[in-house]
This record gives sequence, C-alpha cells and structure tokens, in this order.
Amino acid sequence: MASVAPAISGPHQYLQAQTRWSRVEIAFWLATLLPFVVAPNYLVLASQVAITALFALSLDLILGYAGIVSLGHAAFFGFGAYTAGIISKYGWGEPLSGLLISGIAAGLLGYLMSFVIARFRHLALIMITLGFGFLLLEAANSASWLTGGADGLQGVRMWPLLGIFKFDLWGVTSYWYSLIVLFLLFLVSRRLIHSPFGLSLRGIRENIVRMRAIGAESRAHLQKVYTISAAMAGIAGAVLTQTTETVSLGVLDFQRSADLLVMLILGGAGRLYGGIVGAILYMVARDQFSGINPQYWYFPIGVLLIAVVLFLPNGILGGLAKITASERLQKWMRTLPPWLRGAS
Amino acid sequence: MTTPVLSTRGLQKSFGSLVVASDIAIALPQGVRYALIGPNGAGKTTLINLMTGMLRADAGQILLGDDDITALGPEARVRRGLVRTFQINSLFPDLNALEAVTLAICEREGVSRTWWRPLSAYSGAVDEAYGILKSLMLAEVCYRHTRELAYGQQRLLEIAIALATRPKVLLLDEPAAGVPREESAELFAAVTNLSRDITVLFIEHDMDFVFRFASRIIVMVGGRILLEGTPEQISADPRVREVYLGGAHHG
Repeated sequence: MASVAPAISGPHQYLQAQTRWSRVEIAFWLATLLPFVVAPNYLVLASQVAITALFALSLDLILGYAGIVSLGHAAFFGFGAYTAGIISKYGWGEPLSGLLISGIAAGLLGYLMSFVIARFRHLALIMITLGFGFLLLEAANSASWLTGGADGLQGVRMWPLLGIFKFDLWGVTSYWYSLIVLFLLFLVSRRLIHSPFGLSLRGIRENIVRMRAIGAESRAHLQKVYTISAAMAGIAGAVLTQTTETVSLGVLDFQRSADLLVMLILGGAGRLYGGIVGAILYMVARDQFSGINPQYWYFPIGVLLIAVVLFLPNGILGGLAKITASERLQKWMRTLPPWLRGAS
Repeated sequence: MTTPVLSTRGLQKSFGSLVVASDIAIALPQGVRYALIGPNGAGKTTLINLMTGMLRADAGQILLGDDDITALGPEARVRRGLVRTFQINSLFPDLNALEAVTLAICEREGVSRTWWRPLSAYSGAVDEAYGILKSLMLAEVCYRHTRELAYGQQRLLEIAIALATRPKVLLLDEPAAGVPREESAELFAAVTNLSRDITVLFIEHDMDFVFRFASRIIVMVGGRILLEGTPEQISADPRVREVYLGGAHHG
C-alpha cells in the first residue's frame, strides 16, 4: 500500500513488485487479530467493522477502480442480508452455504442492474443508484409477509459454523467468521486489481473515451465488475444477518449507502485498503463519539470529512502515500536498517 | 493497383444547415504517409471522426480493405485496425506509460477479461509494450504517471497507445500540436519511420512538416476535397495557393 519504489531493473520486475506483499500489509493483517487479545469486550464491534470493511471494499472496486459512483450500494448489502435471513428462517441455517446463496442472489441482482449502470456516468449514475436503493427499501417494507417489514425479520436461527462453532454473545465466532470472509474476499479483490481486467477498469476510470479509441469492451468490463461488487456487498450483508441473527430495514437504508461513501472517501478510494481503513476509523469513531454524545455524533464526522477532502484529496491513505514518497522521508528512511524500511 | 487499405465513397455529413463533409471520396493505399491539410473549419477532424465512427455519416460508405465498415461502432473499427489519436491529449492521467500501452495490448488480445491472473503473467504483452515505448523514446519514463510526463512525451504516448492496437491505418489528428518545433521534427520522424505495413494519415498545419514527411497530400476546403496529389503537385497548384494565401479576397 505504501509506494516506496524499489530500484527497477525492467518492466517485468516493476510489475512483479506491484503485486508483492509489503511488510506494512502483512503487519496490517496481523494487527486485525489484536482485538482478540487487546479488546475482547469489543469483538462484536470488531465484527461489525470487518463486515463494513468488506462492504466498503466492494464499493471501492466499482468506485475507486472503475469510477462508477453509487449512492445505493446498500441495495445489494440489504438484498444479501435478507436472503441469508429468509433462507435461515425457512429452515436452512447453515452459514457457509447461506453465504454462498446470498452472494449469488445479490450478484444476480447486480448483473441485472449492470445493464442500466454501464450506460451512464456521473450525476445520472448517482440518481439511478439512489432511486434503485429507495425502490428496494420500499419493496422490502411493503413485502412484510416475507421480510417482516418495519418490525424486522424474526426467527433467524443460525446453525453452528462448520457444525462446531456457535455464534456466541461475545462475538468470538462472529469476529473470526467476518474476518476470514473479509480476508478471503480481499485476496480476490487484490488479485482482481492486479490483473489485466483490473488495469482495464482503471483505464475506464481514467478516460472512457480513450478506451473506445483502443477498441476496449468497456461496457462488458463495467457489467462484470458491478456484478462482482454486488455479490461482495451481498455477502457482507449476509454475514451481518448471520452474526446478529436479525435483519431490519436499516440494511437497505440510504444512510448506509451514504456512510459507506464517506468511509471510502475518508480512507482513500482506489487503494484497496482505503475502504478498510475508512471503515475502522468511522466505526470506532462512531462508537466512541456516540458514547460521549449520541445525538450529535455526526458533527465531528462532518468536520473530519471536510478536513480530509480539503487537505487529503486522496483520502488518508493517499496522504500517507504522499508522505512516504516525499524526498525528506526517503532520505531519512535510508538511514534505517533494511528490516525496518517496510516495503521490501 | 491493389485495393486501397482505407477508402470512402460519397461521404456526407451536416450539422443542421452547416455542411461539414460533402461527397468525400478518398482511397489510401498501404504504407503511404498522407497529410490532410486545409484551413481551419475545413472539416479535417470531422473526416477523422467520420472514418473512425465517432460521428455517424449521413450518407456514403467507408471501406477498410474490401469490408464495408460504415455500420460498425468505433470499438469494432479499432479492432479491425482503424485507429486514431486525438488533437488534445486523451490519455490515462493516473496510469503510467507502461500500463497504458499494456492496457491497449491486453484489450487487443482479449485477455483484459481475465481477472484471476496477474498482469505480470502476460510477459509477451509487457515486452511488446516496452518495445513500443522504447521505439518512441519513452522507455526511460515508462514508470512515471502520464500526468507527470512532459507534453511532448504525452504526444508520443498518444501514438504509442494507438500503435499498441496494431493498426492497419493510423489517423493522427495534429500529432505535434503544442509541441516545440525541434521536438515536432523528432515526433514526425518517428511517425514516418513506422512500419510500412501501417498507412498513416495526419492532420498538420505546419507546411514545412507536411512537405518534409508526407508522401501524398489531401487538401480539404469547406467540407470538400479540393485535390489530392504528391507534395510537388500540391505546391505547384494555383488553387492551393489561393486557399492559403488568397482566401482574404473571398472574405
């Protein structure tokens, strides 16, 4: 994630260096295990953070990489959440297959939506995704025989994970489960963005007109990434249902889509870790601030958002990358022993 | 004579009452370096837009070899080898030069659909991209973001990306626009030294470059082709002189 450029000898070495795991990345993933030791009372929150991080990662794929703005991504999150809840309510509480089914269902919905999405950009996209989000929320609200409507879906009972680990009140299983799902889908995303397909997505984000002039199949690419992103968002929603054993209309709420966008912008879009870092900051800040003043906790978030957009236009990670790439820091880094320098 | 690589028949286009292309018939043989000249508003860029499919013609036909491509969209024309660059840089600011050219190659080869293999696994595409960049003197800066490149280098990158699509016909819309004169000469030298398999048509205002680098010249005026010929024929033609020098008489 930090772009400390090593000496480059050729194009192949350069590209391989792009995909190599840096020490910062490894350290980051090891640090995700810390809550088990440091904050065992906060595992429920940690699990929520991991779920939200996964949701943010799914948005990053379309927004950060392909440049598709969406203000209605909660539609897929909610669709996955309800799918997981409903199949459990009607007798199938096995978590892993439930996750798979929910992911496929949300992916299918995303695929259908992608035919519309791939034709528009910018403001039109914001309106379409927003409208689609409202549509799904109202559909879930009115279909109360299926979703429980405003009362929420009752009777979700999950079977133990792999038949062994019960979802406990302290969130131990929940955090393990959401963390592993997050990590696996992170690996998939990481693979995706370093592939030729990922390069084409960035091309679309940078200049879709030029993509036409090189004969690119931009529309097909957009449909594909939108489907993948929708499936991921659906899986995130399903994990939320499975770990909390309840679904409310809030999973489809506009607020959820908007919060998600804020997190991604805070962390830094198009950086893979941006959504994850944003989710951690946002969720922890919300937890802390709302403890102090539950009514006005959006105030500090607002200040933070404006400050980040003003001073760190590429988000917190973009700012960090800039700092690590600066001459002075590079100079200082060279005085450190090699094992401390981070990126190998 | 063999079939021309690119030809148009009776191409028409108007915006409202403004006729921007009227009965355009050209035939470009393989390997020739064509210059397309004419005063501002003559319809030169419009003609490129029509040929590449960025604009739809009102009437007429466009043929690539023997195939009628009039009905095809811009992407499909590119895949058949009809490729353009832009007068104003149209690049990928946040990609580096290597990525931009590799992207074009991956799209050409159809590997851009695969998302489970890393880019570095396609070493053929990467080598080819690096080779193209090298031939255009961009190898040294190929890891730099496009937006950090000097303007002249960005103009070369425009051509590098177009070459990566393996064009049969390359349409260059003022390739040296905004580039200092000394660099323009280098740029045109690079263009004329391209493989003879590629037919090149370029729009250019600087007559020195036109006469130095074009093997044939097409003159357009007011949406029509005034004449077509070798540089000698063009420079000797009184009508061309009138268009460029005597235009003031007609207002």
